[in-house]
Amino acid sequence: MALPSPEQIKTQIEAGVPGAAVTVIANGSPSAQRSLLLDHAHARSVAEFLRDHAEWRLDYCSLMTGVDWLDAETSQKVKVKKVVQAADGSESEQEVEEVRKTKTPGYLEAVYHLFSMEKKHGPVVLRMRTTDRGDGARLPSLTPVWRSAEFQEREAFDLYGIVFEGHPDLRRILMWDGFVDYPMRKDYVPPVDEVPVVVPQRPGSAGTPSEVHR
Amino acid sequence: MRDALADLAVYEPEEGEIMEVSMGPHHPSTHGVFRMDVKLEGERVVRLKPVFGYLHRNHEKIAEHGAYLSAIPYTDRLDYLCSMTNNWGYVLAVEKLAGIAVPERAEYIRVIVAELTRFQNHAGLVGFLLQDMGASGTPLMYAFREREKVLDLFESLSGARMMCNYMRFGGLRVDATASWLAEVRQLVGRLPRFVDEFENLLRVNEILMARTQGVGVLPRELAINAGVTGPMLRASGVNYDVRKVDHYGVYDRFHFRVPLGEHGDVYDRYMMRILEMRETVKILEQAVRDIPAGPIIDPKVRLRGLRPKAGEAYGRIESPKGELGFFLISDGTGNPYRYRVRPPSMINLTILEDMCLGENIADTVIILGSVDIVLGEVDR
Repeated sequence: MALPSPEQIKTQIEAGVPGAAVTVIANGSPSAQRSLLLDHAHARSVAEFLRDHAEWRLDYCSLMTGVDWLDAETSQKVKVKKVVQAADGSESEQEVEEVRKTKTPGYLEAVYHLFSMEKKHGPVVLRMRTTDRGDGARLPSLTPVWRSAEFQEREAFDLYGIVFEGHPDLRRILMWDGFVDYPMRKDYVPPVDEVPVVVPQRPGSAGTPSEVHR
Repeated sequence: MRDALADLAVYEPEEGEIMEVSMGPHHPSTHGVFRMDVKLEGERVVRLKPVFGYLHRNHEKIAEHGAYLSAIPYTDRLDYLCSMTNNWGYVLAVEKLAGIAVPERAEYIRVIVAELTRFQNHAGLVGFLLQDMGASGTPLMYAFREREKVLDLFESLSGARMMCNYMRFGGLRVDATASWLAEVRQLVGRLPRFVDEFENLLRVNEILMARTQGVGVLPRELAINAGVTGPMLRASGVNYDVRKVDHYGVYDRFHFRVPLGEHGDVYDRYMMRILEMRETVKILEQAVRDIPAGPIIDPKVRLRGLRPKAGEAYGRIESPKGELGFFLISDGTGNPYRYRVRPPSMINLTILEDMCLGENIADTVIILGSVDIVLGEVDR
């Protein structure tokens, strides 16, 4: 049995999990695989609902990953009426084109691809978005629902800095424990290796080795 | 004299004392640079935490910085024993993202090289597993003798033995010649005899059965919930093979069975590889028999300067290790905004601790060996 459309899944989730807010996210590529955006408060119950749904049985979370979306600036040309002073000192109202910029704050995103091993269908794509890229980079962990997210959420924490609340063992996984930054973020700047360059010198010679050999 | 000997007395741990052992990263049984933090009570494992990342080079970031095409040679280096299937997983995801069709002949050649890859991977894995159990040398050399023949074929087809860099979006880089296909046919004709020989070598060996049966059991429900895929999942009795579920490429045209285990122990995982090698030979026989003539790539496909429409796609294949997936997000430019590998080796390690708890320390070696990991893919 094939899965219903994302809109139908959304309707059933909202009927099955009271209070859950689900948004369908479009996908412009030919794959046309649309996804469902979940709210933080109900994400865990929605995940359990999808896993235990008698017809869908989405028992297998194949892929979990983080995505970084930077602050975006969209500019728009608007016509505004303005009072303009001419060269002779007279004032008149004219229509002037102005560029208005709207800023959308960046966020981090967690994407989950669900399949069913029992019913052999899928995928259903779930997304969660953090409120910002700083202190608000927190999301509920879905590891208690699907164990397969354990290492992948640790990886998203390690490389993107998303804190998964309720994860049983949230530590760095690929980078070492003392590492401070999040290398997969789009604005990550790799550190310059500050290893001092030691020029070997022969005892008793004043110049560099190349000068001595010359 | 007696007092001096008493000073040298062997340290005797107290009853119930926990000992910590760091297995690896330089341990021959870890198949690379991989570490297990083990806590032991006597010889019994009471805690085990896998530690990895020693080969981490942020493969995903490198791919996000380059054009779509330039990621193909990097995928070779993920699971460096199976470059052909890595290529396929990636090009499949890009084909989904950009809506590119693949000619029939190219699909058949993809099946042939992917199944040859599966064959040499499984032969190598069984060889290494038996080596871990103490059957030093011989089984591994038998496996590598066969692997050499497959690598020779890859070399004459793509120019490289391991880093093949062979597939392209919408097809392949070079066509297979008639003489190459004749060589494949010849090799495929000989493979069943090798599998018989390889299986009879140790299958009913008493030591092998004592070491592997009932060891490292992975229950069916846990396997599903933990996202374990590939032969390891099927050894626990779950019938899930992406080749059968998704029918990607032309896999719906071949008759083959999906072997299933019953107990989910190391022995079943070992047998799963042997049985899959037999099914792989069946697929190869049909593919080299039915391969059509025709083009191997649509010349209109833009390889350089490919700019898919903004959107996302997830492509997955059944690699020898499990479900290998690539998740791509395009923002309409020439390089992927997000490039994510779903590494089966790493996700199959999630339940390593669950399988090892309560077992002997010596068994962790063969349990890890039966998972089939390649650190190039685990660490990326």
